[in-house]
Amino acid sequence: MSAGRARPSWRWAMYACLALAAGLFLMPVYMMLLTALKEPAAIGLDTAWQLPRTWNWASFARAWTSFLPKLQNSLVLTVAASGASAMLGSLNGYVFAKWPFPGSRIVFAFILFGMFIPYQAILIPLFGFVKSIGLYGSIWGLVLVHTVYGLPITTLIFRNYYVDIPDSLIESSALEGAGFFTIYWKVVFPLSLPGFVVVIIWQFTQIWNEFLFAVTLSNPQSQPITVALAQLAGGEAVKWNLPMAGALLAALPTLLIYVVFGRYFVRGLLAGSVKG
Amino acid sequence: MRWRRHTNQIIGFLVLLPSMALVGVFVYSFIGRTLYASLTDWGQDPAQALALNPITRFIGLDNYRQLFTGVIDARFRQDLVSTVFFTAFFLAGCLLVGLLLAILIDHKPRGEGFFRGVFLFPFALSFVVTGTIWRWLLQPGGGVNQLPTMVGLPAGSFAWLTSKQQVWRFDWNALPAMLAWAAALSLAALALSALRSRRRGRAAAAAAGAVLAAGWALLAGPAAAPLPFPELHGFNLAFVGIVVAAVWQMAGYTMALYLAGLSGVPEEIREAAVVEGASEWQLYTRVILPLLAPITLSAMIVLGHISLKIFDLVFAMAGPDNAYTDVPALLMYITTFRGNQFAKGAAIGVILLLLVAVIVVPYLRSQLKEGVHE
Repeated sequence: MSAGRARPSWRWAMYACLALAAGLFLMPVYMMLLTALKEPAAIGLDTAWQLPRTWNWASFARAWTSFLPKLQNSLVLTVAASGASAMLGSLNGYVFAKWPFPGSRIVFAFILFGMFIPYQAILIPLFGFVKSIGLYGSIWGLVLVHTVYGLPITTLIFRNYYVDIPDSLIESSALEGAGFFTIYWKVVFPLSLPGFVVVIIWQFTQIWNEFLFAVTLSNPQSQPITVALAQLAGGEAVKWNLPMAGALLAALPTLLIYVVFGRYFVRGLLAGSVKG
Repeated sequence: MRWRRHTNQIIGFLVLLPSMALVGVFVYSFIGRTLYASLTDWGQDPAQALALNPITRFIGLDNYRQLFTGVIDARFRQDLVSTVFFTAFFLAGCLLVGLLLAILIDHKPRGEGFFRGVFLFPFALSFVVTGTIWRWLLQPGGGVNQLPTMVGLPAGSFAWLTSKQQVWRFDWNALPAMLAWAAALSLAALALSALRSRRRGRAAAAAAGAVLAAGWALLAGPAAAPLPFPELHGFNLAFVGIVVAAVWQMAGYTMALYLAGLSGVPEEIREAAVVEGASEWQLYTRVILPLLAPITLSAMIVLGHISLKIFDLVFAMAGPDNAYTDVPALLMYITTFRGNQFAKGAAIGVILLLLVAVIVVPYLRSQLKEGVHE
């Protein structure tokens, strides 16, 4: 490593930079916790950085009770849509990687493009469509929408994952008489666990954090957490302890996933920059 | 065996069909319907807003003409300008900070995993959470503005999200000429590089194009004013805070991309450079950065399309009704779902799609072509 030979004076400069950057990156989290733990009356702009005199945990309890239904909405939506889009993506990826047919690359490209479109370009017909099938304001409308628009990325990740499964493995089971689905079920699927972890973590994070579809297609009963949080924080004359406690609650699930499954999270992130 | 392969390909095609149908309907047919809606008067007549099946009239490109040259749509033009500035600063910030962090981590400090984790965690948050926290941090009387007082300096007084100050202003009427000059300059650059690689024909064509564009800018540009009066647009300083929050969230992502690239740089190359007496600085600027160019491109495309679509961060940070921090993605939402101006909203959506497609389609093509040679 070139760095191993670096002079000691450079090393401490490097650590100074790292510490400074880490401080800047953590500062908003510090402020979030600090503000969430203050008494509403103790929150003032000019005392924003001071530690609370009395630690007030009640904001978390209040945010928890008022956000619980929204968190449940988000959970149902996220689990259902991540699962469905992962399952479909796995089958699609298997076809693109192992049974490409004439023109399949073009189909692949057309599916992939769906990942990049600004959803404003489909929002009006989508709104009309979801309304016309009676799913406006229902969590299942959002499940459908997130499953469909999740297909490009899940297909991409699985396709790139399955390309690395040796063709000889597929061929030998085909020689033994295994058909399309037997090969998938007996050979490909058992090797897919890491792929599923990457895809489900990615989809979970994306869907949990999504806002545009959520704000357009939900009503107060089916609101996911992001919409509820934006409304709470956007209100006039807010006391900031509640939005901060709510922000922490909204962030916790994806943060936990990030902490526990960091490596897989990074793999999903890298897959998002394509490489077909 | 061959027939079996064919059977499986046919089954594969059938398995893909539902997904193809879903993407076909939800992406392509919906884009088509948005495009059509943008060519109608849907929303101009109050009766249409209430009707289940509104009767709309085809009016051609009228909505687009209004957006770019109509008196009442000045807000859209400012939003377009704002997005361009926002994208430029957001990209520059993420690439710079991301690369610096990646180089620091690449030196394998103690606690490497901790630092990596700290720099990347904002990426796991939603833009709404980020926006909520930064909205509090950027309150005019508190948060960041209070920081200088900790070292005895007077508090800052910048109105982060509500500043009305605008810099780098230009007249919208000068835009056609400016675009023509930009085209002329890039064609000239293309001609030079073609000349250097001795492709005469291409150089001549590019040079001719450059001259043509420059000539048009000089002669016809001033006459091509889209508006009958001057209309100034520029960079709204209220965006600075949003850029900071966005970079905070996405710099770690850029770092992760660069780290993946750095781990792919063979150790021999680094050693060879050091043996030949390259300094640390030269090692990075002359050897490693050029090797990372494809990563920089990927990062620019991904960040660029995120930036053009940015909606939730602005919504959460400054609210949907703050004109100084408006972007087209937000304006589309308000125009459509608050103002019931469906056709105009659709037109904004189409313009956003075109902006994104211009950068994404060539990228996807090149990525998928590379894939063939795997």
